[in-house]
Amino acid sequence: MIVDIGIIALKAFLVLFMVLNLAGILGWVERKGSALIQDRIGANRASIFGFAGMGLVNTLIADPLKFLTKEDFIPPAGDKFLHTLAPCMAFFPALVTFAVIPFGDVLVIGDRVINLQVANINVGILYIFAMASLGVYGIVIGAWASNNKFSLLGGVRGSAQMISYEVAMGLSVIGILMVYGTLELQEIARAQGELLWGWLPRWGVFLQPLAFLLFFVAAVAETKRIPFDLPEGESELVAGYHVEYSGGKFLMFFAGEFAEIVTAAGLITTLFFGGWQVPYLMRDGFHFPWGGVRLMHQWAVALLQVVAFTVKVVFFCWLQISLRWTVPRFRYDQVMRLGWKMMLPLALLNVAITAIVIIAVQ
Amino acid sequence: MAPPLIPFFVLAFLLVITSLMVVFQRNVVHSALSLVAALFLIALFFIMLHAPMVGVLQILIYAGAIMVLFLFVIMLLNPAALEQRRGVWWWFGTVAALILGGLLVAVMTGTEPPPDPAAATALFGSPEMLAKSLFTDFVLPFEIASILLLVAIVGAVVLAKREP
Repeated sequence: MIVDIGIIALKAFLVLFMVLNLAGILGWVERKGSALIQDRIGANRASIFGFAGMGLVNTLIADPLKFLTKEDFIPPAGDKFLHTLAPCMAFFPALVTFAVIPFGDVLVIGDRVINLQVANINVGILYIFAMASLGVYGIVIGAWASNNKFSLLGGVRGSAQMISYEVAMGLSVIGILMVYGTLELQEIARAQGELLWGWLPRWGVFLQPLAFLLFFVAAVAETKRIPFDLPEGESELVAGYHVEYSGGKFLMFFAGEFAEIVTAAGLITTLFFGGWQVPYLMRDGFHFPWGGVRLMHQWAVALLQVVAFTVKVVFFCWLQISLRWTVPRFRYDQVMRLGWKMMLPLALLNVAITAIVIIAVQ
Repeated sequence: MAPPLIPFFVLAFLLVITSLMVVFQRNVVHSALSLVAALFLIALFFIMLHAPMVGVLQILIYAGAIMVLFLFVIMLLNPAALEQRRGVWWWFGTVAALILGGLLVAVMTGTEPPPDPAAATALFGSPEMLAKSLFTDFVLPFEIASILLLVAIVGAVVLAKREP
């Protein structure tokens, strides 16, 4: 009993540790990467005894220290309680979502089978959407509690945008659910280890390419980053919904955005890119389709799986970051038209086609 | 498989508090947020009663979508301008609420729990079971409800699009 609780606590700690650290490192990638793309030098001022570490000292030590020691300003005409609650509500969903994302298959130690996933619930995907839908409150409450016209406009834009894209996001996943026939993310990841025609892994992206595109676009829109950063568009709304936030609370909005990127990357990996699957790697080692078999110890297999999952997640984080520095911002009517008039019909079409193909194959 | 009592009473206490806050808060945004908290707690009740699917759907649809639209409308319309208290209707409302409350108490105290509740099977509350009953036994009411919603949406669009 106590060992079980300890194992779950350890898994939860590991996952939180990874997500938060990855979010911090993404802050560095964002600043130095954008500098690289725009042919600038980027953050390089802060250093410890002359060691700047490619801006790492600046973004990982100096910036957080500055955030945490700044004055925490609450607008006098604003709502004090809600102004403080909002950053917590923005941060919370991104962290709890990762509880159902599997980062490996099972480990067998003695007679104990450890599922490499914090919580295995039979409605995994619905849980993710439920938590994602709560993410809107951080923006809406923060915007309203600031008692500022610019932030209120940002909050209105943000809530409308997130609700619109949640619809397309949910419908694009229906295709995946139909193909794999389960709502459990661990089962979906496991099913992607099978082979198609004897050599192609049954990854979601091969079976549902359209769903992948729709999901990816909707995920970027849900994280409110360029090209969908209308809720905070600097040139129009100063900083949108977090214009009245400073210090630690702003840091929470900021870090929450990066944690959302990591979670989105984890979801894309799990649903469409095999999760922790390495092609041809079974529980006891590699079984190549051309006949070779290479047996491995289960710890080596588990390590490979976790590493594969991490590499895929990091890749999709990087893709989202580089997207931000590549494309310009949409106009608001374009955002709404894309969401309701293009992505929603395409997602419905995807569901219909998937249903027809599944029935035809049977 | 009765739910554990202490978490039940903690949740129930919080639920009553948040529900009262929905009614007694002066600020409409605070009321709406208390309602979100109450809906979230109800979802936790569903999860305690071995119905995680219903609980998660409760959060997804009520707390996550409908209440966001409520807040959206409240923020756009600035209801402080609509403030109006203690008209004649206030007394009618109070009397109606008291009568309803009395009836509910009478019904609830008159209900007895079934002597031997059926044990929850492993599949109870799972998406498979829910889908099976929704698409076989209750397919007609389910479809009628969806058509009703469609009609409401079309009606809203027609009303909004009408030329002045």
